[in-house]
Amino acid sequence: MSTGVPLTIHDASGMLARQEISSLELTEVCLDRIQQCDDRVRSFITVTPELARQQAGEADRRIAAGSARPLTGVPMQVKDLICTRGVATTCASRMLEDFVPVYNATVAERLLGQGAVLLGKGNMDEFGMGSSCENSAFFPTRNPWDLERVPGGSSGGGAAAVAAGEAVYAIGSDTGGSIRQPSAMCGTVGLKPTYGLVSRYGLIAYASSLDQVGPITRDVADSALVLNAIAGPDPRDSTCLDIPAIDYAAGLALESSTPLGRGGTSGAVRLGVPEEYFTDGMEPGVREALESAIDTLAGLGADVETVSLPTTRLALACYYIIAPSECSANLARYDGVKYGYSFQDTDNMWEAMEQTRGRGFGPEVKRRIMLGAYALSAGYYDAYYLKAQQVRTLIRQEFDQVFQKVDALVTPTSPVVAFPLGSKTADPVEMYLIDVCTLPVNIAGLPAISVPCGFSQGLPVGMQLIGPHLSEQRLLRIAYAYEQATEWHEARPDL
Amino acid sequence: MSREVSSVEYEPVIGLEVHVQLLTQSKMFCACRADYQTAAPNSRVCPVCLGLPGSLPVINRKAVEHTIMTGLALNCRIPSYSKFDRKNYPYPDLMKGYQISQYDLPLAVQGHLDLHVNGHTSRVGINRVHLEEDVAKLQHLPSSDGESYSLVDVNRSGVPLMEVVSAPDISSAEEAQVYLTTLHSILQYLGVSTGNMQDGSFRCDANISIRPRGSPEFGNRTEVKNMNSFRSVFLALNYEFERQRRVVESGSQVVQETRGWLDDRNVTVSQRSKEYAHDYRYFPEPDLPPLVVDPAWVETLKDQLPELATQRRTRLMQDYKLSDYDASVLTASRDMADYFEAALEVQPVSEDARDRLAKSVTNWVLGDLSRLLNMDNTLIGDSPVTPPMLAELIGLVDSETVSVTLAKTVLEECFNTGKSPATIVGDRGYTQINETSSLVPTVLEVLDSNPKAVDDFLQGKESAAKFLVGRVMRTTRGQANPEMVNQLVAAELESIRNNQSAKS
Repeated sequence: MSTGVPLTIHDASGMLARQEISSLELTEVCLDRIQQCDDRVRSFITVTPELARQQAGEADRRIAAGSARPLTGVPMQVKDLICTRGVATTCASRMLEDFVPVYNATVAERLLGQGAVLLGKGNMDEFGMGSSCENSAFFPTRNPWDLERVPGGSSGGGAAAVAAGEAVYAIGSDTGGSIRQPSAMCGTVGLKPTYGLVSRYGLIAYASSLDQVGPITRDVADSALVLNAIAGPDPRDSTCLDIPAIDYAAGLALESSTPLGRGGTSGAVRLGVPEEYFTDGMEPGVREALESAIDTLAGLGADVETVSLPTTRLALACYYIIAPSECSANLARYDGVKYGYSFQDTDNMWEAMEQTRGRGFGPEVKRRIMLGAYALSAGYYDAYYLKAQQVRTLIRQEFDQVFQKVDALVTPTSPVVAFPLGSKTADPVEMYLIDVCTLPVNIAGLPAISVPCGFSQGLPVGMQLIGPHLSEQRLLRIAYAYEQATEWHEARPDL
Repeated sequence: MSREVSSVEYEPVIGLEVHVQLLTQSKMFCACRADYQTAAPNSRVCPVCLGLPGSLPVINRKAVEHTIMTGLALNCRIPSYSKFDRKNYPYPDLMKGYQISQYDLPLAVQGHLDLHVNGHTSRVGINRVHLEEDVAKLQHLPSSDGESYSLVDVNRSGVPLMEVVSAPDISSAEEAQVYLTTLHSILQYLGVSTGNMQDGSFRCDANISIRPRGSPEFGNRTEVKNMNSFRSVFLALNYEFERQRRVVESGSQVVQETRGWLDDRNVTVSQRSKEYAHDYRYFPEPDLPPLVVDPAWVETLKDQLPELATQRRTRLMQDYKLSDYDASVLTASRDMADYFEAALEVQPVSEDARDRLAKSVTNWVLGDLSRLLNMDNTLIGDSPVTPPMLAELIGLVDSETVSVTLAKTVLEECFNTGKSPATIVGDRGYTQINETSSLVPTVLEVLDSNPKAVDDFLQGKESAAKFLVGRVMRTTRGQANPEMVNQLVAAELESIRNNQSAKS
């Protein structure tokens, strides 16, 4: 930015430490930027300027006292399905329009504990269900690269805010691609960690066995810094893995012209290109960007080979049984009795509950609840839910096998670039197909990162790197090496 | 025709489902305290048991241990792999819209419980013991304008609830009652539940059908709910058996449905038809990893199993030479058996003396003490007469310090005031008079002032002697040693008789 304001966490952190800028100043820059462009981008559901200034003031005192952490004083946006105490958390739904959590999600607690500054809450598809941010009950977010196009989804608000320079980074959640796909479409870096690496406590559930929280950042180094802050065991989440902490930011940079090649003790990084991810419906511009990116990776010393993951084609069907099934139970609590929207214009309890849910949820949410309730119902459970779980096992095993041969997989994040608003809303299945490259990763609980790898029709293209369980460090190193060799991540939209 | 029908003899086929609230410090899936009964409404709540968006459950290890121990006590197999499931149904008392329960892989399976009914033993299969969470409590109230409204108290939401499901092996209401009291006693001995039926810590639902005696077929069954005491289970099952028998004998079919027992009217009434039964859409709880039950853990729990009622009854009969009846009554409640043994352990005594003491303690505990406790609605664990006090009282009787008659009065005073028996005897001057020299003047005085009774005796009416003994006891306010008074009165009367015959 022309003002010399740092664009990344690592730059901001350095400037804050050297007292070249205060957190309050940095926060004001972001608030100004939101003021200047969010009426067009609309990435925020709620902006919290007063809270942000107060937190920035505290951060400045902490920096002055010499007890700053990497994220201290750096402004962020948090997706609106992560509970923030005292700040409305709506899930972009009428149902929770006025819902103010009484507790912080573990992720929010860890970030705020580091002294992060909360600018506000990010727009999204309602309850995380969607791929374009158009399913927000309030308004769609627009892509900063082309305001007539979608930013992707469901964490579209986060990717758009980071791309537009409204926030230094954002926290998203990813159930079938919701961090990676909008990152690809907005030219940001999006990381979906291994299932269980980051606590889900306080993440309002869509599909519990698939949901995972992760960072949306401007570059790979930032992604590692945020992951450092949010990863780790949580006694409040039984599905959270009890593993020792790793410094993901350490050792990213390797002083070599071929950082992915043969090192002192280790062989070259082996990358697999699964052919099934490069077929139907893939835009030529996306294919070209990916092929060029794969050449770059090979040039950095990686061994690249073509691999096959035939079960991948079943992932979409599998996902649309498991995710709706879990969502049909997860969203059962919204009945208008305890909190949230409540239809009260009736004397009948059952009618009140039906009307509350009929009016409080949007069409896509209702569609998935019905799909899930059907898949779980007596007589259908074996044919749908149980079968999907069996397919899930097959998909996992297939990934396990391929990771015997390669260290990571390279795929497009999305087969298409950002599309015009309204162009895919008529046919839900067409919308579902956009996530065909990202869904299998959630089904298998794997980590994956999307990094900018070029442009098609003037719009960002994302490359996805998928690794085995808990290979975040390896993925970040490969992504970092690629990023250092290219300049895609430095491109900014003209806003 | 009617004679043929009535010649068929029917038997009930009964299976029982018992829900037990477990005695744990915290709730099933959160750190909230589980002792909601005495707490102010909605004061034992947190995001987890309120089912707030984003909250997640964490399994209470103690509740799992209680369930495994119950399974072991019921001779169940403890599979090494178990899991929780979501049971989906909407209701305002269910905070998440689903209950976390166990569907196809419960913590304990395939056990049995041996019952002693009318001197013979029968075995009832235990299909499963599983763990789940309780729901909130709804209170339905009428408002001043005549419209009713409901209050929700979330304190009970998330309290650990264990379900014990029997096989349909029970063939009478009486057997059902014995099953429940036996299970109840086991839970108390294990210390896993208060088992209080009135406050809902122990709830029973019954499935009952009828069939011609000996037939392998089952008829349509009904599920009976709302039975709030062992007695109402007994009455409801007898009622339901008779009702179903009348339905079948009139040529109709029993409707498969849920029926509620009305305690005030002694009938069951239809609640809802099973045709509209919920489809609970069970599926594995994705927020909780499966439970891998380490066999070594099960072994540790097995070692921790306390002695249960049946074993204790046998031991009491052997160690203290108690009758089967006395031992059964004493061990029916763990607290009573504990009281009994505590009273015996106050002082070390010889084996012979111990057996006599055991008999005395039994008589007091099952007799006067139980009467006082029942009248005062007090549990034996809270008895103001502590085991050492009872032992002291028995000691006073044995040493002839106080008469048996007065000892009952002392027990009552001890119960009411909590003062020790020795103190009461001292304060009240209840000490028994055991010296002949002190009693002879009283005996002579009584004989003098009751010439008619003396005359009656001399005419051959032996019972007149008893009257005179009673007079002496009354004069001494019960303090005289009754044995001694008997002897003195008899001796005096004898000497009067001899004097008279000498004169004539």
